[in-house]
Amino acid sequence: MDLRLPIGYVFTIYGVMLTAYGLFTKGDPMYAKSLDIPVNTIWGIVMLIFGLVMYFFAKRAGKGT
Amino acid sequence: MFLELTSLLAATGGAISTEGMAKPDLHVIDWSIMAIYLAFVLGIGFALKKYMNSAEDFFLSGRSIPGWVCGLAFISANLGAQELIGMAASGAEYGIMTTHFYWVGAIPAMVFLGVFMMPMYYGSKAKSVPEYLKMRYNEPTRVFNSVSFAFMTVASSGISMHALADLLHALIGWNYYICLIGTSVIVLAYVLKGGLSSAIYNEVLQFFMIVFGIAPLAYIALKNVGGWDGLVAKLQASPQGQGALHSWAQTGGTDNPMGVPWYGILFGLGFVLSFGYWTTNFAEVQRALAANSMGAARRTPIIGAIPKMLFPAVVILPGLIAYALTMNPELGYSIPKKIAADGTEVLNYNQVLPSMIFHYFPNGLLGLALTALMASFMSGMAANVTAFNTVWTYDLYKTMKPNQTDKQLLYMGKLATIFGIIAAMGFALVASQWNNIMSILQLVFGFVNAPLFATFLLGMFTRRSNSVGSFWGLVIGTSSAVAFHGLSFATGNAPGVKGGWINQMIEYPKEMSQNFWIAIVAFSVTFLVNAVLSLLTKREKSDEELRGLVYSLTPKYRDEKEAWILRPAVLGSIVMVSVIVLNYIFW
Repeated sequence: MDLRLPIGYVFTIYGVMLTAYGLFTKGDPMYAKSLDIPVNTIWGIVMLIFGLVMYFFAKRAGKGT
Repeated sequence: MFLELTSLLAATGGAISTEGMAKPDLHVIDWSIMAIYLAFVLGIGFALKKYMNSAEDFFLSGRSIPGWVCGLAFISANLGAQELIGMAASGAEYGIMTTHFYWVGAIPAMVFLGVFMMPMYYGSKAKSVPEYLKMRYNEPTRVFNSVSFAFMTVASSGISMHALADLLHALIGWNYYICLIGTSVIVLAYVLKGGLSSAIYNEVLQFFMIVFGIAPLAYIALKNVGGWDGLVAKLQASPQGQGALHSWAQTGGTDNPMGVPWYGILFGLGFVLSFGYWTTNFAEVQRALAANSMGAARRTPIIGAIPKMLFPAVVILPGLIAYALTMNPELGYSIPKKIAADGTEVLNYNQVLPSMIFHYFPNGLLGLALTALMASFMSGMAANVTAFNTVWTYDLYKTMKPNQTDKQLLYMGKLATIFGIIAAMGFALVASQWNNIMSILQLVFGFVNAPLFATFLLGMFTRRSNSVGSFWGLVIGTSSAVAFHGLSFATGNAPGVKGGWINQMIEYPKEMSQNFWIAIVAFSVTFLVNAVLSLLTKREKSDEELRGLVYSLTPKYRDEKEAWILRPAVLGSIVMVSVIVLNYIFW
């Protein structure tokens, strides 16, 4: 089993979840904690990209063999 | 374990205490993040079940794992939450000097393991560190090491379990015993199903979880403190002053935050303790033995060294910032306080990381960070359990009953996994009842690793060292470390588990420096006894018998076919140069 596949899944799911949640809670007073930086959206997108990259490499390697 | 032990010694209290911390308000999003993570952890275990057909698959992953996976598992096995929490605590207490644990301690040892020691470990086909000792020396040396190692792993995973259960209990409010049993069952399930592969795969997942869960903290907190320049200005104005901002500049004497001069750091931490931990601890070495080729095995610790080198930015930096913020209360964050034994109020450094997470992370990211903490405890636990079941089955059980079939060994390995988890749970209960057990254990780890490293140096790099020297070197070296511990103490500590229980002869300014010198004594005595006895008694093994076990008699591994950048010597040199540059920048 290529480990990049489950890692890709986990972080793609987390990325989508956090980005959506961040957009949904945009302007919520709880972001005062993070100095008004919309951390959920930003970090969600970072994790989504990481997840997709892992998934892409796992699939590409899978095709080669 | 070495980093866990020293970081815990560095932290004021010893135990990870969540006492008095506010419970965070968790939402559906936070719970879902945790639940998804647990589902994947178990899913990986079940997905790998079909590859578990023989004992070799279960204990060694059939030597089939690619180098980058082993490399990340290699550092993740050490990346318990004790390390995360302890390093943030040390960052707050000792400032930039904490980086010595990485840039003088861990990295050079990892490169040495990959470049010089791995050809013998991997090439000898030993299944464990004790088995290598048996091949190089004899059965008693192996048994001595197996027994002490088995005890260490059970105790260490017990402490991880206790810390995790305590954290969950304090933060989420679940019953302590339910937390303890629940987390143990999850680790048990995925190790039983997928063996070492499952532990390794989950460690890599855990590694990414920890990085993604904790990294935003440094960024937000740094912004709060006014960026890097703001941090430097605030630290200079604090009681720690320049001491917090340099790794080496203040180490001419003992007048620095750690109370250790430069030679104590170089020899005690850099050479003895770190090399001892990273090169002889089977929970670490086992990750490299699972690699799919000699090249991958040698690259395992070197690949691990690359993220390890950058880890201070994730774990030590928040601690530094926490201290600067505490000195400027108008910025909003302060390290929680606790009442010390003498009734005064002191900073509770162990709560730096969790309290910062609660202070800065909104829901969503909060769930991610808590899952990361949970993951880090589980990786430490699983690493020790998989090392335990292998040493128990191959080094103790098989020594007693040599004629076991593969199937019987696999069965015994699974039984040992269950037994190991139950024993660790028992140890968690002991640890929960008696806070000082942590201090004692940390010392035991120190006593075990330093003598072992001396034994390995002579065993791997000289032909002359023999079993008389190795066995008595270990026995006398370990005992003299215990005796030295009984004679030395750190200023302010009462005689007892922290030293001075025979006589208070030698005084050190800090526990950290006392710990370094105990390791130096343990190493030196073992080395001398082993060398002298080996020279006085006759050589036992011929060159032929030592082939593949001693450096000069091991065929040079040819790596010309590999891409130049992947050759261990090249990769190792790049890492070493980078780490020197880092030391220079933060001088």
